[in-house]
Amino acid sequence: MEPFHNVASIVTPLDMVNIDTDQIVPKQFLKLVQKSGFGKFLFFNWRFDENENPKTDFILNDSKYQGSKILITGDNFGCGSSREHAVWALQDYGFSVVIAPSFADIFFSNCFKNGLLPISLDQKIVESLQQETIPIHVDLEKQIIKTDSKEIPFEINSHKKKILLEGLDDIAQTFQLEDKITEFEKNSTIPSVL
Amino acid sequence: MGQTLFEKIWDSHIVEEKQNEPSLIYIDRHLIHEVTSPQAFDGLRMNNRKVRRPDLTIATMDHNVPTTDRSLPILDQTSSIQIKTLEKNCKDFGITLFGMDSPNQGIVHVIGPQLGITLPGTTIVCGDSHTSTHGAFGALALGIGTSDVEHVLASQTMWLEKPKPFEIRVEGKRKNPHAVTAKDIVLSIIKNIGTDGGNGTVIEYRGEGITDLSMEQRMTICNMSIEAGARAGLVAPDEKTFDYLRGREFTPKNYESLVDTWRDTLHTDSDAKFEKEFTLHIDDIAPQVSWGTNPGMTCDVTESVPSPDEYSKGDANQKKGAEKALEYMDLKSGTSIMDIKINRVFIGSCTNARLEDLIEASKVVQGNKVSSEVRAMIVPGSQMVKKQAEELGLDKIFIDANFEWREAGCSMCLGMNPDILSPGERCASTSNRNFEGRQGNGGRTHLVSPVMAAAAAINGHFVDVRELELN
Repeated sequence: MEPFHNVASIVTPLDMVNIDTDQIVPKQFLKLVQKSGFGKFLFFNWRFDENENPKTDFILNDSKYQGSKILITGDNFGCGSSREHAVWALQDYGFSVVIAPSFADIFFSNCFKNGLLPISLDQKIVESLQQETIPIHVDLEKQIIKTDSKEIPFEINSHKKKILLEGLDDIAQTFQLEDKITEFEKNSTIPSVL
Repeated sequence: MGQTLFEKIWDSHIVEEKQNEPSLIYIDRHLIHEVTSPQAFDGLRMNNRKVRRPDLTIATMDHNVPTTDRSLPILDQTSSIQIKTLEKNCKDFGITLFGMDSPNQGIVHVIGPQLGITLPGTTIVCGDSHTSTHGAFGALALGIGTSDVEHVLASQTMWLEKPKPFEIRVEGKRKNPHAVTAKDIVLSIIKNIGTDGGNGTVIEYRGEGITDLSMEQRMTICNMSIEAGARAGLVAPDEKTFDYLRGREFTPKNYESLVDTWRDTLHTDSDAKFEKEFTLHIDDIAPQVSWGTNPGMTCDVTESVPSPDEYSKGDANQKKGAEKALEYMDLKSGTSIMDIKINRVFIGSCTNARLEDLIEASKVVQGNKVSSEVRAMIVPGSQMVKKQAEELGLDKIFIDANFEWREAGCSMCLGMNPDILSPGERCASTSNRNFEGRQGNGGRTHLVSPVMAAAAAINGHFVDVRELELN
């Protein structure tokens, strides 16, 4: 996984609560067997009409927001299906940070496996950030979001922060505990399936 | 202080634990399917890693398999590639696969319990959010993403922050348990606590309203824990649990001695503390019908579609969500639920496609015909469910009434195979998600129980099944 770098970008405000992963990547695109190339399917049914032409009233199709790396959205973002394709699509499209008052658990966990930074902030702060029209800065090391007028601190678990900053391979870390896993297996009373 | 059932299972699976960091948890059962596993196997290959415990890993194909004649080739090239990829991955890594031709094929959350793979007190994961289903057996069952699938394949463990225990008590007795079902109980819970009410928690369902339920009904409840945002949902095992699993194909040889231990240990201590609590009284609850685009947007069959103000109770963001939902669903506030006409019916999914579901639905259908305005399909949850239903003659009841009787799979729950709604079609569905486009782009889904779906198929609109003579 690539280490997370600080981000400076305009924000894309997608002001809606309970956006589920079926909306982030509709099911017809889950048949691919690789991780790349999902950006073109991001919010597909909201972004494109039945002839696959861009819908002009959807925010991602507004030229103002092209190149934005920060998505700001509503409560419970990423609810529903566990599909990690949702994270792959957001990243492949170009987002590195998602800011919302709250996230669904599985989506939140999937973000850290891929280097996407989810930031939970108070509803009022999220609403104020949605109004920002010039680029804001996200500094993970210092845990601060900077706008031209203020600095907003954010919380992140120190372990998760380290994983993002160093781009750590989860599995390699776990393999260092191989002895403990083997020991656990020796003592387990649960029989194998077969 | 005593412990909750969840905390006991958690503690007995910790491999490594550090303050303020996720814990490394051992996984006893890993179920995989064709959609969320290919990238995980790619990851193993790229790093020259193997599957640590193929003997704890079971695969099937369910999400995009056709539900038509199994002897025909799969027409969708991408689906076909995904299915062949799973076959190759299982062969290369030595994993047991219940493929298209296996009598054990079916929806992963239906076959786990049915084959005795799901066991009380175990940890179970699958790259699918409805893994919570297995919690009905007193297992800690978690839906995971593809990175975690790869991690579990490689190490048989995963890193997880400890969720908080959430007690949901279901109290009272339903007056007509054939008309007011487990589906109505769980939809009522989600309607009350919201689709994020369970975020960060593991729910334990308790109380008379839960212990009264059969194992299949408990699975329906636990299945939809994720629709309330919970990491998992579970029910303490009892004699019904132990009876259900006895003598199945993969039930362990030392099962009775395991049961003896489980009887002593797998329960919440009387002095244990939950961090969150909710109680639902079910004496008077009605059959539920969802009207919006998330499972919390649900009301009684006897009610009318609420206005965004009524639904949101002053929350501006929820109000906006309800307005968007009504527009998508093409419904007006104040419309009586029973006046909503439907043109599709889907009885299937990991929520409601087990034998009991089909038996209950068949009682509504027997001697009737599907409305000429409706296309209705039954998709059994597994090949075994299908066979058992056919032995009872249920297929004839459904086919005589003009239902389509199909092969097992996820089918129109998520429409990855050709079973989808066309834009504007309105479906009474026994599945778990009424999200926009879930069952087909532009399709409109109303979540209901199997008996409610069956009655809607016959009448062409929703009816209150408490008015029917069901027993």
